Amino acid sequence: MSIPLMPILPLIVVSATSVVIMLVVACYRDHRLTHVLTLTGLALAFATLPAISSQVPAQVTPLFLIDGYALFYSGLILLSALVVALLSYDYLEGRREDPAEYYILLLIATLGSMVLVAASHFASFFLGLEVLSISLYALIAYDRRPLMAEAAVKYLVLAAASASFLLFGMALVYAQLGTMSFSEIASKLASAGATDLVCVVATVMIIVGIGFKLALVPFHMWTPDVYQGAPAPITAFIATVSKGAVFALLLRYFSGMDLHAYGPLFAIFTIIAIVSMFAGNLLALFQTNIKRLLAYSSIAHLGYLLVAFLSSGPLRVSAVTFYLVAYFVMTLGAFGVVTVLSGKENDADRIEEYHGLFTRRPGLAGIFTVMLLSLAGMPLTAGFIGKFYLVAAGVGSMLWLLVITLLVNSAIGLFYYLRVIAVMFVREPEPGVTLPARLLTGGFVLAALFVILIWLGVYPTPLLEMIQAIKLGAG
Amino acid sequence: MLVWLILIPLVGGVLAWLFDRAGNRWPRWISLFAFGIDLALVLLLWVEHPGEVDLTANRAWFAEIQVPWISSMGITIHLAIDGISLLLVMLSCFLGIMATIASWTEIRERVGLFHFNLTWTVAGIIGVFLSLDLFLFYFFWELMLIPMYFLIALWGHENRSYASVKFFLFTQVGGLAMLLGILGIYFVHGRQTGIYTFDYSELLGTRMSPNTALLLMLSFLAAFLVKLPALPFHAWLPDAHTEAPTGGSVILAGLLLKTGAYGILRFAVPLFPGAALQIAPWAMMVGVIGILYGAVLAFAQTDLKRLVAYTSVSHMGFVLLGIFAWNELALQGVIIQMLCHGISAGALFMLVGSLQERLRTRDTRRMGGLWPVAPRTGGAMLFFALASLGLPGMGNFVGEFLVLLGTYRVSILLTVIAAGGFIVSTVYALWMIQRALYGPNEEGWRIPDLSMREVGAMTAMVLAILWLGLYPRPFIHTAGHGLDQIQKIVRQARADRTIMPPIESARVR
Repeated sequence: MSIPLMPILPLIVVSATSVVIMLVVACYRDHRLTHVLTLTGLALAFATLPAISSQVPAQVTPLFLIDGYALFYSGLILLSALVVALLSYDYLEGRREDPAEYYILLLIATLGSMVLVAASHFASFFLGLEVLSISLYALIAYDRRPLMAEAAVKYLVLAAASASFLLFGMALVYAQLGTMSFSEIASKLASAGATDLVCVVATVMIIVGIGFKLALVPFHMWTPDVYQGAPAPITAFIATVSKGAVFALLLRYFSGMDLHAYGPLFAIFTIIAIVSMFAGNLLALFQTNIKRLLAYSSIAHLGYLLVAFLSSGPLRVSAVTFYLVAYFVMTLGAFGVVTVLSGKENDADRIEEYHGLFTRRPGLAGIFTVMLLSLAGMPLTAGFIGKFYLVAAGVGSMLWLLVITLLVNSAIGLFYYLRVIAVMFVREPEPGVTLPARLLTGGFVLAALFVILIWLGVYPTPLLEMIQAIKLGAG
Repeated sequence: MLVWLILIPLVGGVLAWLFDRAGNRWPRWISLFAFGIDLALVLLLWVEHPGEVDLTANRAWFAEIQVPWISSMGITIHLAIDGISLLLVMLSCFLGIMATIASWTEIRERVGLFHFNLTWTVAGIIGVFLSLDLFLFYFFWELMLIPMYFLIALWGHENRSYASVKFFLFTQVGGLAMLLGILGIYFVHGRQTGIYTFDYSELLGTRMSPNTALLLMLSFLAAFLVKLPALPFHAWLPDAHTEAPTGGSVILAGLLLKTGAYGILRFAVPLFPGAALQIAPWAMMVGVIGILYGAVLAFAQTDLKRLVAYTSVSHMGFVLLGIFAWNELALQGVIIQMLCHGISAGALFMLVGSLQERLRTRDTRRMGGLWPVAPRTGGAMLFFALASLGLPGMGNFVGEFLVLLGTYRVSILLTVIAAGGFIVSTVYALWMIQRALYGPNEEGWRIPDLSMREVGAMTAMVLAILWLGLYPRPFIHTAGHGLDQIQKIVRQARADRTIMPPIESARVR
């Protein structure tokens, strides 16, 4: 049996790039060269996507289902990885001598995420997850500072624990249903009925595993420390690509099942969503560290996403997808600002470093303001349309409790976003805080993200049409 | 044309920010210029359509524009202007100019950013007055909040961060409740007809069970009553008004409150006529309580700005009362009252602001004997205090009188109680003048009087109030057609309702 290679071309390109870099690095180590190679590889992989789009959906071995959904998310992941790679250059320059491995790991993590969004089988699911996690352990600790080591160990231990839950859940499902393919699981579950206890327990274990990756409450404990400890570009990567890919997988895994038919599962997800929203936002209120604040806010944002995830009907997939795109843009933007402001020694994560930023760097302060306003869901930004979409999906399915929780939480969320914004405008600059020299690439990337954010907030129609054309297969 | 009305201040704001470096003078002139062009445009429109739209064509709007925006959700950019919106947009531009003038010497830091926020707030408000798509309406509703928050938070007085957060929280929670209502009616309408749309004219006459209607209406009202503000949602107002810079207070009192009234008039009642009828007695009662409560509390204040803020609560009570009395006279009164309150409260805030700029205090206990020192300030203040208490000849009298006349037909008892508000308002207005302007000048104040710029602004406002008071016909005439339309919609919907209630309740969902 010959495997059609064309549909998995992006995966191949990304893996090949990492191999090429490894070979090149063996002969000649140069930061700029590695950087350019990485960018080229990611861009090439992205360029293959339109060519493939005519061949979808394609089932490549039982493991991968390359459909419009997988392609869309692959594109999103590749672009985000591109942004992270671009931001990393200036950040790493001067910190480490030759950060070639950083880029290799970044590529592998990207590969893992792309495997996840195309996975239609437990094997590829687990494979993708581990490829992603293992490269992240190294990336988090890349700078070898104590805080980073702590974060990496924490992430390692918790991720390993959650992976074992996940494996156990998978094993139980296999034992009970005799299959590992998502679509067969869904159909067999439907015929087995919702009452099968082992299946429910198994699914709950899988949810635990996924919940760790998504940092949903009560599996969120690692988030603030890892966000704070990891290098700022990697934090951006974890917040967007890693979480987004897992969420895409979650949506695919449950797409074949009618969640409303499984009472206990639905209840569990509802509780997780509500608790995540409240815990994330309430804890964020007390943070004085920007990275921790964004960590807690991302917990809440994943809770928002669950509202649309739990809805049914035509809006479900498009609402989740649109919000994820918006979330990617604004999170990358926010961490991008943190990255650009970071000095050689430490990341710019103390709120004092943002005092009076507006007078010193009006452009950066303006972009950060808009990113935060978008996270808060204010109009003219993608976050507004996204949140509107989520609420619409929730109201359409009459999930009143979830929707009202979401609305209450957006109000709470405003508090801390506004506080950061106010600090940038009002306070006098803290003495002793130095700003790095003007950074061209970073500024350019941030400006591009800013334009995308506003564009999506003002004229989202093209993206919406693209998203609505996506067909999600259960695999 | 309508798009320009919104775009000009938006662009003006960006320019003002960009020209910040060229000197403080630039942003001020740019913002003044932007509002000026806008005002000229509206006046032009007014001259073209002094009143009745030619009824043969049966058009509801003076001007209308509709282009698709997010078509997959049935969202369009639908802007339209009728007499009601026209007058309110005119007021917005007028007060925009006044707010710029009021900030001329007060704002000395980050001038460009200030005018950016000022123009964007007003642009958002104009957008609210013009939108006929509920999504677009919500969009502008939220849009005007952020720059307003910054106006208070960055340029406000002592307690600004508390006040700005309180303001934001109240209005935001109300706005989010309205979002629920908007989506609710969107889905109710969509499920029945298969057409998912946010368009106002399509959504009119959506059938729903009385309970659904009541709930949706209440969620709309949550936003509008907070803005208005009606008791018990008024708690943000005294703080926000007091702490805001003068320009911000002018916009807050003059315009932001009107968006609440406009929302009830344009959306809450016509979309849910049955439910509106149901809660009308309660709403009117809240209005009457607001009138008295605001007036009594105003009387008890020693902070001059707070005093003026509470009078707003009182005056907006009349507006609420008039809207829910829902007859021609009362509605005409509401329109006049909105315009007059916008101008008179704006003027009072400007005067208080100029006093504060000179005295560095707003405490009436430290004032006194200011009349001989600053006769022009005193004269203007006396004039607007008299306007505020409803002296015949001034616009406010016309507004309040018409509202009471309209209410009389609905409830005599409420009219009598509301009329009591006149007495209390006389007390607080005269008391304010007495304490601030007359008596001995114990602290020995020596302050410069109003400058020529301020005198010019005051003259314009005095003339506007007198015009509204002595010859309100053009205004009533202009708004008349729009009011007729709204009343027709409600009448028709109520008539339909009485014919077939059983079918209707079965049809829901």
